[in-house]
Amino acid sequence: MAYVWDFFAVARNADILLAGLGQTLLLSVCGIAVGVAVGGLLAAMRLSGRRTLSWPALAFTEFYRNTPPLVHFFWFFYGLPMAFGLTLPPFAAALAALGIQSAAFFAEVFRGGILSVERGQWEAGRALGMGRARLMRRIILPQAARRMAAPFVERSFELVKTTTLAAALAFHETIYSAMVIVTQTYRPLEVYTVVAGLFFVVLFSASQLAEWLEARGRRAGAR
Amino acid sequence: MTRADDVVLQVEDLHKSFGSTEVLKGIDLSVRRGERIAILGSSGSGKSTLLRCLNVLEMPTRGRLILDGEAVGRPAAGGATRYREAELNRLRARVGMVFQQFNLFPHMTALENVMEGPLSVLGRPKAEARATAQRHLDRVGLGGKADAHPARLSGGQQQRVAIARALAMDPEVLLFDEPTSSLDPELVGEVLGVINDLSEDGRTMLLVTHELGFAYHFATRILFLHEGRILEDGPPEQVLKSPREERTRRFLDRFTAFRF
Repeated sequence: MAYVWDFFAVARNADILLAGLGQTLLLSVCGIAVGVAVGGLLAAMRLSGRRTLSWPALAFTEFYRNTPPLVHFFWFFYGLPMAFGLTLPPFAAALAALGIQSAAFFAEVFRGGILSVERGQWEAGRALGMGRARLMRRIILPQAARRMAAPFVERSFELVKTTTLAAALAFHETIYSAMVIVTQTYRPLEVYTVVAGLFFVVLFSASQLAEWLEARGRRAGAR
Repeated sequence: MTRADDVVLQVEDLHKSFGSTEVLKGIDLSVRRGERIAILGSSGSGKSTLLRCLNVLEMPTRGRLILDGEAVGRPAAGGATRYREAELNRLRARVGMVFQQFNLFPHMTALENVMEGPLSVLGRPKAEARATAQRHLDRVGLGGKADAHPARLSGGQQQRVAIARALAMDPEVLLFDEPTSSLDPELVGEVLGVINDLSEDGRTMLLVTHELGFAYHFATRILFLHEGRILEDGPPEQVLKSPREERTRRFLDRFTAFRF
């Protein structure tokens, strides 16, 4: 017997789902902000040329790259209260886990972009008498930024999808909202199909926008 | 105030090793103001490394560098010298460099490339930096390409912009590291022409090159490096036509094998 689809069950609860999507986007944007800030710091430490700075940053990065993100979420939500008596609300715990975990990835994006700038560019800047900070700002970063763009977007998309793990902390993002609707309607197939559709629409439009911006940047660079 | 023996740059017992390979094995060199020195030698002789040690793009393993009577860096253990970042930046602002690979900044126009040093290192006002940059571009014959990005320029044009960029800093010493080696043969002439024109400024220049003919006409003094040591040091006439060392003769013979 054929399955009878009933998307009306989802439509009736659209408000819950959309509210969840809003929270997903909020968590994503905040997560990217934290990830970029901490990732920038990590990249700077790795590139500092001082072992006392680069090694801790390397250890941190490798640790977060090689452990499952769900564990990070559980640590911040369940672990912190037990270990340090510090209880975070779901959003804060999710943001901390997501931000710090993605910082490790963003750090690699930044570092990769900066290291991809040819040695001759560093030398040309230094030969003019530029100090490190000025060389970075005037010569290296403008060139690195263009090369970072694509992997940065890629990483950000990963981050948006990773926010769904926050459902495990009972944070009311899209997946959690979907689960709520499922328990009420017993329509998991429809609900999760719509969830997939929502993510697709958001990320696909974002990627189109990113591509357009990149193309514009390339044109501006090749004037 | 220019004395006859006005030494602008002095190098004492300069050594440079990469790992266990010693590339420079004790270089002593006095460069007088206004001298144009061509540095010759086969690949691996250490000539580019020597040049790159003069603005400390390559950190000497041992030895002393004296610019305008002032020692650069402070002595450290084992005859090494410790350099502070700020001090190196000041040194490099006074010792310009033109690279084999041009190394223009691809995200800037030709004019912006030339403006960059005066603007961001010397802190000149923008209008002044722009005017100076335009003048230098005019001088290398590229005044009309001010708004072009490097990707739109030929290799020869890029190198001429790079020369303008170095000149814009008004350096006391200008270093050329094989400036024509990565150019197509038909573009070599225009770059050598520009370098030759700089002679009239009386600026001190050191040039690492394989263009013997150019070295002969351009240089006031020629160094021949072999295995990390200066083997020959004298006027072009003497070094190129009656070298003292057998090694130098063999090197020169290779270049003149197909004379016509």
